[in-house]
Amino acid sequence: MIDFVDVVLLVFLAITGITIIRLRNLFAAVMLTGIYSMLSAGLFVVMDAVDVAFTEAAVGAGISTVLMLGTLALVGHQESKPLHTPILPLFVVLLTGGILVYGTSQIPAFGNPDNPANQHVALHYLEESEHEIHIPNVVTSVLASYRGYDTLGETAVVFTAMVGVLLLLSRGPIPRRVFREGEWVTVRPEAEDGGLGASDENVDVADPTEGASDG
Amino acid sequence: MDDRVILRIGTKILIPFILQFALYVQFHGDYGPGGGFQAGVIFAAAFVLYSLVYGLGNAIRVLPHRAVYLCGALGVVLYVGVGFVTVGLGGNFLDYNVLAHDPAHGQHYGIMAVELGVLITVFGVMVAIFYAFTGRRRFDP
Repeated sequence: MIDFVDVVLLVFLAITGITIIRLRNLFAAVMLTGIYSMLSAGLFVVMDAVDVAFTEAAVGAGISTVLMLGTLALVGHQESKPLHTPILPLFVVLLTGGILVYGTSQIPAFGNPDNPANQHVALHYLEESEHEIHIPNVVTSVLASYRGYDTLGETAVVFTAMVGVLLLLSRGPIPRRVFREGEWVTVRPEAEDGGLGASDENVDVADPTEGASDG
Repeated sequence: MDDRVILRIGTKILIPFILQFALYVQFHGDYGPGGGFQAGVIFAAAFVLYSLVYGLGNAIRVLPHRAVYLCGALGVVLYVGVGFVTVGLGGNFLDYNVLAHDPAHGQHYGIMAVELGVLITVFGVMVAIFYAFTGRRRFDP
C-alpha cells in the first residue's frame, strides 16, 4: 500500500517537474512549484517525517509561493525565449543525474536500523530522551535541547537572511550623501511608510563645507 | 477591492483561527509535530493573507516595519539570553537543567523559551521579507 502511495506521489512529482520546465507562463509555473512542495510534503509524511512535512507545506507551498508571486508582480508573467539550444544544459543535467543515481547504489537501505546514521548518537536520543528531556516528541527534544546550539545557529541564519534581503531590496528612510552635478547633496527618500515611496526623492542642497569632509 | 465582500469577510473570519493554530503548533510542539519554526511561518501567513486581501498599506498600519524588524532580532536575543541565563546559573551554555530545581521542569522551560525565540524571529523575518518583496514598485525602464 505504502509502495503504491510512493509511486503515485513520485509520478505526480515528475509530471509537475517536467511541466514546470516546459511552461513559459511563470504564473502557472509558480503555482505548480507550490503543488510540487505539497507533493514533497506528502512524501515526507509517508517517510514518517511529519515535522519536515509540516515545514515543507508551510514554507514551500505557502510563504515561498507568495514571495514568488510578489516577484512576478515586479518582473512580469511571461518567460522570454531562451537564446541558446538546450543541448548542453540537458547533457550536464543527464550527466549529473546519472552520477547521482550511480551514487545511490552505495547508500545503505532506507530505514535499516544497522545504518551508520542510526548507530551513533541517534540511539541515545531515542532511548534516553524520555528520561532526560521528559517530552514525548523526540524531534523537539533533539532540536531544542540536545542540539540547541545548532538551532541557535539556524535562528541566526534566518535573521541574517532578513538582513540580507533588506540590504538588497529595501530602500529605507536613511538619507544618502551623493556627489551630484559638482556638489554634495543629501538625498532623503520619503520615510513615511518605511521607504515604500522611495521613488519620490527630496533632494536638498547641503552646504559645501559639510560635503567636503564627507568626500 | 470594495466589491469583494466574500473574500474580505472570509479573511476576517479565518485570521483569528490561523493565529490560534500557530499558537497550537507552537505549544503542542513538545507532544506532536510542530515547533517554533512552523508556528512562526503560520503566524506570518496570517499577516500575509491580511496584506493580500486588504492591501499592503493596511497591513503596515497593523504591523509597522519597525515592529517586524524588532521581532526578527528579538527572537535571536531571547535564544541567546536563555543560553547566558543557564551559564549564569552555573550550567553550560543552553543546558536547561539548571533553570529549575527539577531538571525535567528546567528542560521544559528552556525548550519553551528557545522555541518562543525561534517563533518570534521566524515570524519577523518572514513578514519582513514579504514586505521587502511586495513593497517594491515595478521597475519600468
